Amino acid sequence: MLTKKFDPLKGKILEVLNHEGKIVNEKLEPKIDDDKLLKMYKSMLLGRIADTKALQFQRQGRMLTYAPIKGQEATQVGSMAALSETDWMVPAFREMAGMLYKGASLKKLFLYWYGNEEGNNLDKSLKILPISVPIASQLNHASGIAYARKLLKKEEVVAGFVGDGGTSQGEFHEALNFSAVFDLPTIFIIQNNQWAISTPRSSQTKAETLAHKAIGYGMPGIQVDGNDPLAMYIATEEAKKRALKGDGPTLIEALTYRLGPHTTSDDPTIYREDKEVSYWEERDPLKRFKIYLENKDLWDDKKEEKQRKEYTDFVTKTFKEIEKDKFVDLEEVFNYTYAEMPKDLKDQLDDYKSYLKEVK
Amino acid sequence: MPLKTILSAINSTLDQQMEKDDTVISLGEDAGFEGGVFRATKGLQQKYGKERSIDTPLAESAIIGGALGMAVGGLKPVAEIQFSGFVLPGFNQIVAHVARFRNRTRGTYTLPMVIRMPYGGGIRALEHHSESLESIFGHIPGLKVVIPSTPYDAKGLLTAAIKDPDPVMYFEPKRIYRAFKQEVPDEEYSVPIGKAKVLKKGTDITVVAWGSLVRETVKAMELLKDEGISVELIDLRTIKPFDKETIEKSVKKTGRFLVVHEAYKTFGPGAELISTVNVKAFLYLEAPPTRLTGHDITIPLPKGEHHFIISPERIAKKIKDVVKF
Ligand SMILES: Cc1ncc(C[n+]2csc(CCOP(=O)(O)OP(=O)(O)O)c2C)c(N)n1
Ligand SMILES: [Mg+2]
Repeated sequence: MLTKKFDPLKGKILEVLNHEGKIVNEKLEPKIDDDKLLKMYKSMLLGRIADTKALQFQRQGRMLTYAPIKGQEATQVGSMAALSETDWMVPAFREMAGMLYKGASLKKLFLYWYGNEEGNNLDKSLKILPISVPIASQLNHASGIAYARKLLKKEEVVAGFVGDGGTSQGEFHEALNFSAVFDLPTIFIIQNNQWAISTPRSSQTKAETLAHKAIGYGMPGIQVDGNDPLAMYIATEEAKKRALKGDGPTLIEALTYRLGPHTTSDDPTIYREDKEVSYWEERDPLKRFKIYLENKDLWDDKKEEKQRKEYTDFVTKTFKEIEKDKFVDLEEVFNYTYAEMPKDLKDQLDDYKSYLKEVK
Repeated sequence: MPLKTILSAINSTLDQQMEKDDTVISLGEDAGFEGGVFRATKGLQQKYGKERSIDTPLAESAIIGGALGMAVGGLKPVAEIQFSGFVLPGFNQIVAHVARFRNRTRGTYTLPMVIRMPYGGGIRALEHHSESLESIFGHIPGLKVVIPSTPYDAKGLLTAAIKDPDPVMYFEPKRIYRAFKQEVPDEEYSVPIGKAKVLKKGTDITVVAWGSLVRETVKAMELLKDEGISVELIDLRTIKPFDKETIEKSVKKTGRFLVVHEAYKTFGPGAELISTVNVKAFLYLEAPPTRLTGHDITIPLPKGEHHFIISPERIAKKIKDVVKF
């Protein structure tokens, strides 16, 4: 078992593909078919390009606040690739690449950051919950879904995401405890990107690793190189097996890094050093995965160039499409408050409409 | 006198109070080294050290429950919540404990603490970054709720809040954090909690607002300047305990009443104020006391926010409607 072999208490970290693109642990290399490997890489690449463009659009004043994912693509895609379509994803707000892998359309994801609730209206069959801004609160939802699906005898697991900062919230504790007590098929994935806005990981907890925290809940925990998509894949795969056997949840701490700012309103130069950023730039998840695919003859520079161009055009086109609809209709902001609009709310809407008519 | 924005007035007031009183401390997420996401606490850690200007772990219940303990332990904590929408994990602490400690212990334990937080919409923000939650806290016995609308009051109310023996919720209108400057005296002064301010005298209608909507109401009055309507504008400044006397006096003079707030309509502060007007000035009324508020819907994301935000045009129209009733 990986969680035994890579015991965080013994300072072990699960790695398969190192930052130079070399397999460091041949026995652990997962057998992923070529199509899937390509899908994984392409989702990471699309995530990266969409991220870069989103920052550009934001700077041009065309997009609102946006939370970049650059550097965290492998954590998200590696874990999602180990799940099936029938499994669930419960995101925080910095999981765009994982959501893309699981089938969310870029248009919807951009629509959210564009400031339109419709961006959270993802196709139900995708089994991706809406973006959750209140830190760590979504993890209790993950436990609840896991409980329901287990009771309904569905062979499904639920992956809940949280950041390193989120592990300080009471709800992090509550959710892990709840899932563990009922042996729920939940996988808790901490994207430890080293920072919570300006607060470093070291100021969040005295625990040596975040994976340590699993022990207190009676569940296995593992620290994984989160920039290694293969390590993330096998850690999640094992957690899924355990969950479906009825052995309960797993805590995965993915060691990664937020290469960009916290959001477009943040200036990271205030609180972190350039050399820390360049250290992690060398550990870029895309770089190493590309080398891995090249060594398998699945990828090359020409394909890369072509794919980049295709995605850049796609992202630009998608954004132009959402820009066509400038605003949300008045009815839209009222209609989803209840199944049926109460009389008083209807009156408020009518009042406002008659005001609009009068001032026109 | 130095010119200050609301934000810089808050910053220098915290500095002044921490300098004068060693027991005053500041705590919050990213509120130390970086000085908070809006920089309201900028420079405090550099000046007073990490122990008095604290970067907390990410947990609002720890910040607020912890502040309660600090107050019991002899400090005067000023807690920063990053956005008012994120106070909710600390809601249990506020309602179940902070508001009740004096009563629970028959006055033995009192809580000289302040919970500061930016609030309100109109800044094109993500979900949970635009809420106006003053109604919710105004409903709870034991809490005081203040909202400045100018740099001068930002300083005076914050000073009063820090010196108050009871817990004070201090809402900061982030939409106008940096919108304008005003002369703010360097020396310490308080603006009394519980006192409204008549900003402009008038005879036809009393309009009450607070926070960023005071400014929007002033703009509405500009729009109305050729209509021959004389508006008496009151900045409520304290939501709880609110200044009944000033409202009563004004309505007895004008005979008309409008309250404007961004907080949701149902069970909002407007209902409370109108009730006061009905009880205190019923026989003086020439039109039904009226409110213009946020609709009873979740405040929309930016692409739908304009359906919710209260514009000067809407305020002007409502004033006309009430006067022409
Ligand atoms: C309950 C709550 N408090 C505060 C915030 C404001 N906030 C947004 S992101 C963030 C830091 C989160 O850090 P982390 O959990 O490490 O996730 P990351 O942003 O690094 O992905 C904070 C404090 C929030 N969204 N929710
Ligand atoms: Mg983080």
